[in-house]
Amino acid sequence: MSMKKPIYFDYSATTPVDPRVAEKMCRYLTMDDGLFGNAASRSHQYGWDVEAAIDEARKNVADLIAADPKEIVWTSGATESDNLAIKGVAHFYRKKGNHIITSKTEHKAVLDTCRQLEREGFEVTYLDPEESGLIDLAKLEAAMTEQTILVSIMHVNNEIGVIQDVKAIGELCRSKKILFHVDGAQSCGKVEVDVNEMKIDLLSMSAHKIYGPKGMGALYVRRKPRVRLEAQMHGGGHERGMRSGTLATHQIVGMGEAFRLAKEEMATENERVRMLRDRLMNGLSDIEEVYVNGDVEQRVPHNLNISFNFVEGESLMMALSDLAVSSGSACTSASLEPSYVLRALGRSDELAHSSIRFSIGRFTTEADVDHAIKLCHEKIQKLRDLSPLWDMFKAGIDLSTVQWSAH
Amino acid sequence: MAYSDKVMDHYENPRNVGSLEADDADVGTGMVGAPACGDVMRLQIKVSEEGVIEDACFKTYGCGSAIASSSLVTEWVKGKTLDEAASIKNADIAEELALPPVKIHCSVLAEDAIKAAITDYKSKQ
Repeated sequence: MSMKKPIYFDYSATTPVDPRVAEKMCRYLTMDDGLFGNAASRSHQYGWDVEAAIDEARKNVADLIAADPKEIVWTSGATESDNLAIKGVAHFYRKKGNHIITSKTEHKAVLDTCRQLEREGFEVTYLDPEESGLIDLAKLEAAMTEQTILVSIMHVNNEIGVIQDVKAIGELCRSKKILFHVDGAQSCGKVEVDVNEMKIDLLSMSAHKIYGPKGMGALYVRRKPRVRLEAQMHGGGHERGMRSGTLATHQIVGMGEAFRLAKEEMATENERVRMLRDRLMNGLSDIEEVYVNGDVEQRVPHNLNISFNFVEGESLMMALSDLAVSSGSACTSASLEPSYVLRALGRSDELAHSSIRFSIGRFTTEADVDHAIKLCHEKIQKLRDLSPLWDMFKAGIDLSTVQWSAH
Repeated sequence: MAYSDKVMDHYENPRNVGSLEADDADVGTGMVGAPACGDVMRLQIKVSEEGVIEDACFKTYGCGSAIASSSLVTEWVKGKTLDEAASIKNADIAEELALPPVKIHCSVLAEDAIKAAITDYKSKQ
């Protein structure tokens, strides 16, 4: 067995820290540069120096989304940001209303937070997206009531990479005086985000999806018109009382630098990544019975989510073990659980199971893509040669009419 | 997800992959499982006039353990009488392949496939 590591095609799961980011972060850890202080120490140079570094990072993060630095609240990641935004709004505005709207294809950090609020007595509407993965504005509007205090819709879906029309959703929410939270973990640094133009009131951000460190995120909280939150983490009153806890300087500096680089390089990087993704998509599209999941046009350039019909998901993952990809199937237990995102788009269990998410990034090469194409061709062929379903399909049998023996 | 060496071997080099003419009187075909459950096995046997299985082959849509279980039973049934083949137990398959508890259902399916193939053969006689 080869000890060579698989080729990384899972940039939507996480990214390596950019060496330029890592280098900067290291300066804020040790005694060497005297940059290890506590930003809350107002009485000496150590505190002032890191406070300045944090201010700079705050500005870099704000700049990427066209916000004011004062509107940025540091958190431990997008999951915490989602929790703070949704629970914070719900708890603060509960006298105004008890209804929240979200969608079935949100990240679990949003869905499970909403489930918790349901246990606390809130009502939540989970919208079904269209087959493309996009939200129908008319359905969103129809779900709004006098009681609705918050709409939470992700900008870019983590599995299928489709880009929601957040500007249109923002307009609608503003016109109904409903707060609008956007999970931007997969969008910041990948697509243009402008919180004013898009009328976003709260935006969750993550550092590690964009070549920054893990365990670091931020929440944008609008100041005009002011959005209020009930804190979920109590303590020393950091971050204007919205999130207490000593600031993790090195992490914050890392996120700031990653966001600064993203703003600087996004346009050229997107072009390169899109070229690689299209090369991959074209290379796989001549395999029979392949289906791209999610809208092809309204999609981030680095994502390709594709299903191979008549091939079972777990054996597909085994066959592609030279590629670090993500599967739409969680085959860790006896009960197979297909991706809830793909199921919500109306994909069959079989197609949801046999889906593969390729996500491409800063360090992916053309040779990596070509290798993946070759490997997929070989392995899909091998598994189909083994598949009785493929035989039946080739013999012209409609599988939906077959009486299967239950087990 | 750790597979045993035997599962990996059958997965990498599956034995007796193929098809027999399902309409032939000396061929029995067993197809078990369902696509929505993630496994479909098709096992076929060719039976001599003396009632001995002289050939067997399979095709399986399923995980590595399902592929290995069906590959293994094609090896086992060859040369056996129908009664001997019918007595193969899923526990034997699971033990041979060192299947973890969550994959036991693959061996159950393989046992069912043998029985179904034998039943099909007998129904034609």
